Order: sequence, then structure tokens, then C-alpha cells
Amino acid sequence: MTDWEAVIGIETHVELQTKSKMFCGCAVNFGAEPNTTVCPVCLALPGALPVPNHEAIEGILRIGAAFGCELVEDSLFHRKNYFYPDLPKNYQISQYDVPLCINGHLDIDVEGDEVTIGITRVHMEEDTGKSIHSSDSGRIHGADYSLLDFNRSGVPLVEIVSEPDIHSPEQAREYAAELQRVVRTLGVSDVRLEEGSVRFDANISVRPVGQKEFGTRAEVKNMNSLRSLQRAVAFEIERQIGVLEAGGVIVLETRHWDEGTGTTSSMRSKEESADYRYFQEPDLVPLHVDDAWRKRVFASLPELPAARRSRLVASGIDHQAAATLGEVADLAALFDAAVELGADGTAVANWLTGDVVAYLRRNEVELEETSLAPEHLCELAGMVADATLSSTAAKDVLGYVLAGEGTPAQVAAAHDLSQISDAGALEAEVDRVLAGNPDVLEKLRQGDMKPIGFVVGQVMKATRGKADPQLVSDLIRSKAGAS
Amino acid sequence: MSDLADLSIAEARDGLRKGDFSAVDLTNAAIYRAAVTESHLHAYLTLDQEGARDAARKADADLADGVDHGPLQGIPLAVKDNMTTRGIETTAGSKILSGYVPPYNATIIDKLHDGGAVLMGKTNLDEFAMGSSTENSAFGPTRNPWNTDRVPGGSSGGSAAAVSVGSAFGAFGSDTGGSIRQPASLCGLVGVKPTYGLVSRYGLIAFASSLDQIGPFARSVRDAATLLESVAGFDIRDATSYRGERPAISSHLDAGVKGMKIGIVAELTGEGIDAEVNDACRAMYNKLSDAGAELVEMSLPATEYALSAYYLIAPAEASANLARFDGVRYGLRVDGETTEDMMSKTRAEGFGPEVIRRILLGTYALSAGYYDAFYGQAQKVRTLLRNDFASAYEKVDALVSPTSPTTAFAIGEKTADPLSMYLSDVCTIASNLGGDPSGSVPIGLDGDGLPIGFQVMAPALHEAQLFRLAAEVERLAGFDARPALATSEVKPA
Amino acid sequence: MPIEIDIAKVARLARLALSAEELARYGSQLEDILEHAERVSALPTEGVPPTSHPLPMTNAFRADEIRPSLDREEVLEQAPARQGEYFRVPRILGET
Repeated sequence: MTDWEAVIGIETHVELQTKSKMFCGCAVNFGAEPNTTVCPVCLALPGALPVPNHEAIEGILRIGAAFGCELVEDSLFHRKNYFYPDLPKNYQISQYDVPLCINGHLDIDVEGDEVTIGITRVHMEEDTGKSIHSSDSGRIHGADYSLLDFNRSGVPLVEIVSEPDIHSPEQAREYAAELQRVVRTLGVSDVRLEEGSVRFDANISVRPVGQKEFGTRAEVKNMNSLRSLQRAVAFEIERQIGVLEAGGVIVLETRHWDEGTGTTSSMRSKEESADYRYFQEPDLVPLHVDDAWRKRVFASLPELPAARRSRLVASGIDHQAAATLGEVADLAALFDAAVELGADGTAVANWLTGDVVAYLRRNEVELEETSLAPEHLCELAGMVADATLSSTAAKDVLGYVLAGEGTPAQVAAAHDLSQISDAGALEAEVDRVLAGNPDVLEKLRQGDMKPIGFVVGQVMKATRGKADPQLVSDLIRSKAGAS
Repeated sequence: MSDLADLSIAEARDGLRKGDFSAVDLTNAAIYRAAVTESHLHAYLTLDQEGARDAARKADADLADGVDHGPLQGIPLAVKDNMTTRGIETTAGSKILSGYVPPYNATIIDKLHDGGAVLMGKTNLDEFAMGSSTENSAFGPTRNPWNTDRVPGGSSGGSAAAVSVGSAFGAFGSDTGGSIRQPASLCGLVGVKPTYGLVSRYGLIAFASSLDQIGPFARSVRDAATLLESVAGFDIRDATSYRGERPAISSHLDAGVKGMKIGIVAELTGEGIDAEVNDACRAMYNKLSDAGAELVEMSLPATEYALSAYYLIAPAEASANLARFDGVRYGLRVDGETTEDMMSKTRAEGFGPEVIRRILLGTYALSAGYYDAFYGQAQKVRTLLRNDFASAYEKVDALVSPTSPTTAFAIGEKTADPLSMYLSDVCTIASNLGGDPSGSVPIGLDGDGLPIGFQVMAPALHEAQLFRLAAEVERLAGFDARPALATSEVKPA
Repeated sequence: MPIEIDIAKVARLARLALSAEELARYGSQLEDILEHAERVSALPTEGVPPTSHPLPMTNAFRADEIRPSLDREEVLEQAPARQGEYFRVPRILGET
């Protein structure tokens, strides 16, 4: 029985959200009507010429820097030549042997295991147009004809290539997830898999543990969610092991992941690997990133997700909450702002990662669409700290604040959610409950504290959740103590 | 009235402002000249009479209002059909673009419009600017006004013929390996290829991106300088456009050559050059010397390999530049079962043999396994050539040679053997590879009455030096002959 | 030195549907031209950097600003085949 090791490398394509395209002034507009954001350049009309977008270069340098890459001082654009109808020039302007960024890495944490994934290179290129195939499945096979929309042609594309340092489907998923977090934090792309602003291709091979040579790899494409990616990698590893154990060979090829059947299938053989006839792009001049520019790029980096997670954990937030806060840049920003105003970090973290995230999901809204402000969180935390609100009531208040009804104080008043902290009023309630449950009172007097919960519950019910549970508990204890 | 067509741009400009005639008069003269000569020459692919008259009327109206757009206002000019003109068919001399109407103007066209120039139409060329005789046009050849059994040169043959015969006062062509200078030489005109990057390539249908440049044809050096000045300058839409301060162009036209050190390119004398061409050039070297210049022989050893390097680099770039012609978004489409099929059939039918030859050559030179030996090596030879020129220019201010090894050859004479056609470029190629400016000035006629051209070369961005020398050569040559066809008394063929 | 070219492969790479006769003709012409062009290998070029560009320029950028796109009708008017707002092509063989 062979012990197998999976060897995985991931190629990521990120669409940069600059205002205009990579080589022309057409708008980068995800939802535009077909063939309306096109011009001589991105349509490859005769006579058109490319001119690089300065902001896109800044964007890719930031991405490279965020992965700890060396920002190459002198790099070049190359033409990658191949014919395809969605590639108007029938060559793609890309980078070949001298890319902008090299030798980076990304640290990932998979259930406590810390792994460093090397990043070979990050380079600049341009996206192609989109094709719609006339078949029922929407795939090329079986289509009689195809339709072309060139809106996406020329959108700036950054390619990030990892070393084959990934060894499991879980690692693959976490690499992709962390990469998305990093890029999202930079603000250069919203990296949405479902929208296509980020795409992952996985190169997968297996080899017997201990063997130095790599096995033959297959490239897997069409994974449209992180879950897909994980499942596809898992499937492909199993498939390859199965083939090899049955005495077969793995073919160097591209395979298509089918979410419905949960399998990969062959697309085309990579054996006759394309001859791209790379040569330096004569319509563009070389890139020169000097020392001053490099320093500026590194200095401009925001706090990256890993560093933020560490900082939050160091300040007492638990790992899970810290991780969740790191998922969404605006959540973390809100957290920091509230804490800055003096709010209790743990409480805020719990609200954000629990109630707020649930609210956003349930109502399918973005954080910016709510009116939740750091001041609100600070105020809310204060109201819980000084017992104006019970923690249960605080959650309700938060909900109303998210819905835009006002500040915590306003909302608490409007919905009469303030905690009852009047000992006298509560005592009366406690007495009432105890009077109605003499056996409970007897148990308590015997020193059996178990029924406290029941009594508290009853008081909470009677006060519609507004009683200060701690105070109620204390009152019960004192009554139990007194005799 | 018909004499107007033979005025220089400088004379026409002065006359317009003095009120001797109008832009409409000039335009009508050029249109008439075209009407009687086109059947002999086929210089134009598209003659836009209406558009020309409209532009002329506007130029006159503006001048009357005191609005002066510059020296080209109201002047009828022609443009090679590889520069895009919005709303006007642009074919690049190819069947694959027959009927193609661009939705945008080349930058040079916008500049000419802004300058109030009158665009006569689009002139014939070798398909996609690949050729040295204009015989590779999919729409039939252009003939040389000096002898219609002969070629006008190429690839900008149509522009040269039009200016030579007077159906345009000046014209623009493109030069990748000599395609302005060689036709200028064969048609008795001044033709200039500027420093690479001086004139925007936006809208110039690309042949070889690192070699192509747009430049003027004119009947005098002064006119050529005026034309170049009107279109030179940085363009944000061309990433290879020169971003530095624009060099002076016509500042030294009257300076003469006293004190100038001029190098005669040793490798471009004697063998491989026609005897009469050699003699005429040698006579000019002596005249320049008498006029106060110091003439020395300069060896540029890498020039021996320039043609070979060019015929690897240019086709390689062209093979990629022409990949966009695939029947998908514009131009000819030949139906196929699959897209791959459609593309292959479209290209095989739409491109002529010379274009196909160069695409195959270029594709091969870039192929895996052959890149280092061919394209890679050619780019290194290019460096050696530039080094040769750089050392030469440390010792001299300018270089000279014949423009073309022969005068106009017969139509059909070189079409059977591609290599023999390529040799027409041997004198002109070096300055495309190096990027330096160069020009051709007519200095006389050979025994058959065919023009001989003299090539001047200067360092990059030294256009002032180039035109200074060209002006002196023009003065010393005293060449004022015109082809017999250059008259409005001609009967159509 | 005679050069042998797999002309059929080159024609495929360049998407040119040529007949057998044409392939033979172009193939032999190319071999002639290349023999001549191969002269470049005679020059010693170790340590010589290639020139891809006549101008010693770097970093020719444009600002990230939106410029007007073309009018769709003007664009699609030139299309050899269109379907509504799209360009139309016959079935495509391979997927990228």
C-alpha cells in the first residue's frame, strides 16, 4: 500500500477595480450592457495602441508587496501569442520572464497547523472578452455558435502563482481564502469568486511519500466557490491516486470541475503545450520601479489580515472572533473605531461577529448600507456595562440600530427595553415567584442553588426580559440566605 | 488655374494669404490633376472630392474670418491608406479590409484636420506596407509618373506618385524599412522618415511596431519640413511616443554645410549599387565638399547584416500585429464550420502572397526552438548596428549614401523572386533598425530619365541637422525636373 | 546550411489554411529567405544585449481616467456577423 502525497499549486487571477481598463480609457464596469465599454484598443481595431494604466501598476505592486515579494526594478511586457475569438488581438499583453514581483509567500493556518506557501511571481496582464455559447449547458461542447461581448476585454488582470507548497484540499481552500482577504484589504479588488473578479486554477499531482520527483499534474478549472475549490482538489487527488494504483498514468491536461456531478473531466490535452512565441511587446516600453517607488509602495500597505488577527488576539479577543473580524475589512474597521472610543473590545467583537454578521446575511445587506456607527457600539457597550441594558436586550437594541431606527439610547427608550434595575421593583417580582413556588424556596433555603435559574427565568418572563438578571440572582440568593 | 497644382506648399500658403487664389481653387486644381492622371497612375484608392471641397470651403471661410490654423490650412494633401480615417474606407491595400470603415481617426488625421488641411483621399500601397514597389496592393499597382511601365517604389507608392504628378501638394506615408524614402527616390521627391517616436503611430495600421514611422512626401525640402512640423509631437495614446522636448526641425534650412562633418557609408558604395546612381552620389559628395563640408568615409560593419536582421525582426512583429485580422470583429469573413476554420480560411483568402510569406517567416522566427537563433540573434545584431551608428556619430554630424541601389525598375521585374525585391531596402534599412531620422533628396535623372535619390541620415532627434543637410543637397543639385505627366493637359489613359 | 521547416505546423500556428501546393511553395521560399537571413548568426553576439526598442524610455503610463467608449452601433456595423448586441462566431473547438 503506497502512502501518497498531494502536491498542489494554485494560479490566481485577480481583476483590478481601477476606473479604466489596463491599456485604454474604457470604463471597468461589471454590469454594463454588452459591447458598450469598448474602443479601438480593447477591440483590437487596426491601428490601435495600448498605453498602461498607472493605477493598475500601483495596484499590482501593492499586491506583490503585501505578499512580501521582491518588486523587480526593471521588468518588461511581453506578447503571449495564441488565437482565440475572445482575445481580440489574438495575443495577450502579459509578462514573461521578467515579471513585476517575485519570491513572495503567504502564511496560512489550517486548524492550528501553520504553513508557509511560497509565491513564485505576481505579474500584470489583461483580461479577455466573454463568450456565451449556444448549447443548453452553456459549455462549448454541443454549441453551434457563440456570442462575444468585449466589455471585459482589457480589464487589468493580476496573476499570482504559488509554489507547489500546498498539500491538502483544506490548505488549498485556506490559501485561497487568505489570499482573498489580503487582496480585499488592499482595496484593489473585491475579489468575488461568484462574480469572477477572482479566479482560481489548481495544478494538482500526487506522488508516493518520499519521492523527490513530481508526478504528472493536471490543471483543474471552473471552481466558483471556496467550497468548490476544496471539493475539486479532493476529488482530483483521489482520482489520480485511483488511476495510479490501478497501474494507469496521469495525462498532462486541463480538467473542468463540474459542481453538479462533483467530478473533474478532461477538457483538452496539454501534451501539445501551446507555443506562445513570447517576445517583448514593441508597443510598450520597459517598466522601471526605482527604490523610492518601492519604498512608497511598502509604506502604503494597510494593516494586513494576519497582523490584524494577531493584534486582536493580543488584546484579548478570541481567535474565532478575531478571524471573523478579519474576513470583512469594514467589520474590523468598525471594531477598531469603537474600541478607540473606549468600548469594551470583547463585547463589541462578539456583537460584530455574531449578531451583526447574522443580520447582514439574513437581510442580504452590506455593512455600509446599515447606519451602524462606532459611536453606537460604544454607547451600547456602556449601557450594558452600567446595567441599563441586559445583554439579551442589548442584542435587540442592536437589531433596531442596524435597521436604522436611531441610537441605542433612542431605540431602548422607544421599545422600552431598558433593564429594570430598581431593586425594589425586582424584589417584588422575586417575592411573587417565590410565593408561587414554595418548594423552590425551600430547596434554596436548604442550600440547593439549582433552582435559581428557574426563578430568574420566571422573573425575566414577567418583566419581558427587562430585569437585570444579575441583580435578580443576587436578590434570590439573599432571600435564600435570609431565613 | 491648372498651374496651381504645381505650386509648392510654401507658395500656396503665401498665395492664399495674399488672396491670389482660394483653397477651393487649389483643391479644384488638384482634383482636376487627379482626374486626368489617375487612369495612368492609380495613385489613389479613395478620392474624396466632396470631403476635400468641404474642407477647402471651411479653410477659406476661416481665413476670411482671420482664423489661421497654420501653414497647411487649405492645402490639399494625400494620406497613405494604412492610416485610419473615420467614415472613410481604410484598406491597408488588402482584400481583408476591403470595405472596412474605421470608427476613429489616426492622430495624424486629427492633427491635419485641426491644421485646416484638405484631405484629398487615401493612396495606394503595398498590402500592409509590405513591399518596395506597390505591386503587392490587392487593388492593382500604382505606376511611376516618370515612366508608367515602371514602379513608383513602395510601400508608399501611391503617396509618392500623387505628389510627383501634382494631384496632391504633399502627402504622408509610412516607413518601416524604407517605404517613404525609396519611393521618394524613385519618383524624384523629398521623403523623410523622422526619429522613431516623433510622430504618433496611433491609427497607423501596424506592420512592425518598433520600426514603423509616419513621414512626409513633398516636392521641396522646405515643404517636407513644414509637413513634419505639423504632425510631430507627443501623443498620450501612443506609449512609444517621444515624451521629451520636441526637436527643432526647420530651424537650419538656410544654414549651409560649412563646417559639417559628413560620413559616407562605406558599405553602401560600389558593389550592389547601380553605376549611374553611384556616380550621381559621388558627384554630390564632391559638391558638398566644395560647399564647405568635410567628407570622410565611415565604415559601419554591422550594415552588412542589417537586411538579414530586418527580415527576421519585421516579419516577427508583423506576424503578431496581423493576427487580429481573423474575420471576427471587422473585415472579410470566409465562412467555416468552426471558428478556427473560419479564421484560417479568412486569412488565407484575405492576405496576399507577400503578407502570407512574412507572417509564416515571422511565426517561424518566433517559434519555440528557433527564437534564439533567429529573432533573438537579430535583436542583438540590432544593438551592434546601433553601436556602429553611435560611434560614427561621435566622429561625424551626418551620414550619406544612395537611397536606393537602383532607379525605378519595371513593373513585374522583381515579383518572381522575393529576395531580389528585399534587396531594394539595403540602403534604407539601417535607420529603421536604429530609430534615427533619414531622408531622400532627388539629385538628378539617369540615362533613362528616371530620378536618382540621395540619402541623408542624422542622429536621433537631430532633425534640424538632417533638414539642414537636405536643404543644401537640394540647392547643390538644382533638381527641378517634373515628370511629363505632371500637367493638366494630359489625356486620360 | 540548408534549413528544413515544418511549414504545415507554422501555417497552423498562424491560422492560414493553405493548400499542399501553396505550403510547398511558401516552404521553399522561406528556406531561401532564412538561409540569407541566417547570416546574422555569423556575428559574435555573446554579451550583447538585445534591442527591442530604439528609444531609451521607461514607464510610459496614462492616468486612470475614463475616456468615452465607441458607439455600439458603429462598432457592430462593421461586424461580419452579429446577433443583437453581440458578435457572432461559428462553434469554437477548444476551451481556454
